[in-house]
Amino acid sequence: MRPVNAEITEIIRETPTIITLRTDIELDAAPGQFVMVWVRGLDEIPMALSHPGSITVQRVGEATEALSRLEVGDSIGIRGPFGNGFEVKGEGRGDGDGGGGGNGEEYGDEKGNKIMVIAGGVGGAPLLPLAQQAQSLGLDVTILIGARTADELLFEEYFSKCGAFSVATDDGSKGHHGFITGAMDQFNLAGFDQFYICGPELMMKSVLDILQAAGLEAMAQLSLHRYFKCGIGVCGACTIDPSGLRVCRDGPVFSGDLLIKSELGKYHRDATGKKIMF
Amino acid sequence: MSSTDLSIELTGLGLENPIILAAGVLGTTGTSLKRMAGEGAGAVVTKSIGSEPKEGHPNPTMLKLDCGFLNAMGLPNPSYKDFRKELSIASEGGVPVIASVFGAHPDEFQEIILGLEGASAYELNVSCPHASGYGTVVGTDPVLVEEITRAAKRTTDVPVWVKLTPNVTDIVEIGEAASRGGADAVVAINTVRSMAIDIHSGYPILGNLYGGLSGPAVRPVAVKCVYDLYKALDIPVIGVGGIGSWQDAVEMMMAGASAVQVGSAVYDNVNIFSEITSGLSAYLKANDHCLDDITGLAHRKVEQ
Repeated sequence: MRPVNAEITEIIRETPTIITLRTDIELDAAPGQFVMVWVRGLDEIPMALSHPGSITVQRVGEATEALSRLEVGDSIGIRGPFGNGFEVKGEGRGDGDGGGGGNGEEYGDEKGNKIMVIAGGVGGAPLLPLAQQAQSLGLDVTILIGARTADELLFEEYFSKCGAFSVATDDGSKGHHGFITGAMDQFNLAGFDQFYICGPELMMKSVLDILQAAGLEAMAQLSLHRYFKCGIGVCGACTIDPSGLRVCRDGPVFSGDLLIKSELGKYHRDATGKKIMF
Repeated sequence: MSSTDLSIELTGLGLENPIILAAGVLGTTGTSLKRMAGEGAGAVVTKSIGSEPKEGHPNPTMLKLDCGFLNAMGLPNPSYKDFRKELSIASEGGVPVIASVFGAHPDEFQEIILGLEGASAYELNVSCPHASGYGTVVGTDPVLVEEITRAAKRTTDVPVWVKLTPNVTDIVEIGEAASRGGADAVVAINTVRSMAIDIHSGYPILGNLYGGLSGPAVRPVAVKCVYDLYKALDIPVIGVGGIGSWQDAVEMMMAGASAVQVGSAVYDNVNIFSEITSGLSAYLKANDHCLDDITGLAHRKVEQ
């Protein structure tokens, strides 16, 4: 597909370094799917959708810097949605399985319905629509968000409306003082059916290590970030070791049991394909 | 299951089937190449590798259009020094691994081939349409193509394939130059120079402004190039360009291809290799043909 023209209709300052750009288009995307955002004449980068017509951007490089300088009325090119997105377990409970003949009530146990959402920094962008969808499906949602300081907590107000909510800040300016993994201690992790995680890679690796220690890695879904070129699963720039899976097409969401045996937290590759150690 | 034997001997290499992963597609890492071998590719060609690390062109680098795919990756690669490890991982896939290499002159090709020892064969990329100083600027000059091919042949004992650009008046002239230089096979075609413009803004969409077209739109172009090369050359022709089904593969072989490469079609399905081989096998069986019967069949029909 060619890029669709998207006009900026509103710019929201979420934190000192993060903005949300609302546009006049609405995409039918699953939570966790991404779009390729084209800043014409400069670059095109993958971004999570924080809402069907919105992207949430942290200034980290030339392209995101250019995005943060846009004004209402400016336009960008959007291709997508791409990738697999998160799978919301527990969806469709109460539906018969077609062959069992049981009544729907047997799905009334809480199996599959208690989820934990763990967001670090701008990693909250793809997780907000996930938390909102889970809540609307009637799932029992617990949210943990973390950032360096209280100012940088993303979507605090929206997340807090989706379920049980805690925060962690590296400097202790709000909530748990320390990394988000420390804030996980207060929960009986075995009581959760699914974990949804997005944030800086080393944070995701630490969270996954904790889940693995509890034997829960297969119940985690993590959204991975890699350098994308084509964005449509052909060029191979974003494949991960040792599976050879494409983050842009087979991902960006992968299960924890696949990632625990992968390059996650060890290295990624730059634009040339060279390995860069974390 | 009794299926027709698809194994071939191609420039001295044994392939279990003639469906090869094309250069520049899912070939950046060893594990990705291994995965494609596992998906049924008879051989795999790596991303084109050069002498120095290269980031490639800015994004957008690839677009899916209605008729095919437009790309200008810009030969991103970590250099042969960093790609050696990937090559050895790729070799674990159990199929021949062909290293695609690019350079500006014969010495550079030699340096890279020496530095990437261990490949089953080398495919000389003298045909990328959108990287300045490389590819097409080299591959449109028959004298240079012959020199580069000869230099590569002097450097290695394994087969040397030369990948040709269709962006010339007469591809046969370049194919003959490669053949004179000692090429073991020619591969045709690389992408067709092309461009797309965003009508909302007037900006060319690709970061490099223009690029190369692949996919269904270029298949008839490739079929004609392969047809002409088969007629003129005594070395095998490997057909590539828009192949996405077993029917496409059969057509390319009838034009003269001894084997085919599949690139953009992985977009629809990475299992495309098994899909094509099983279709091809069933076709041969139903018609009581072997692969040799169909390679170049169109020429024999015309001559009759």
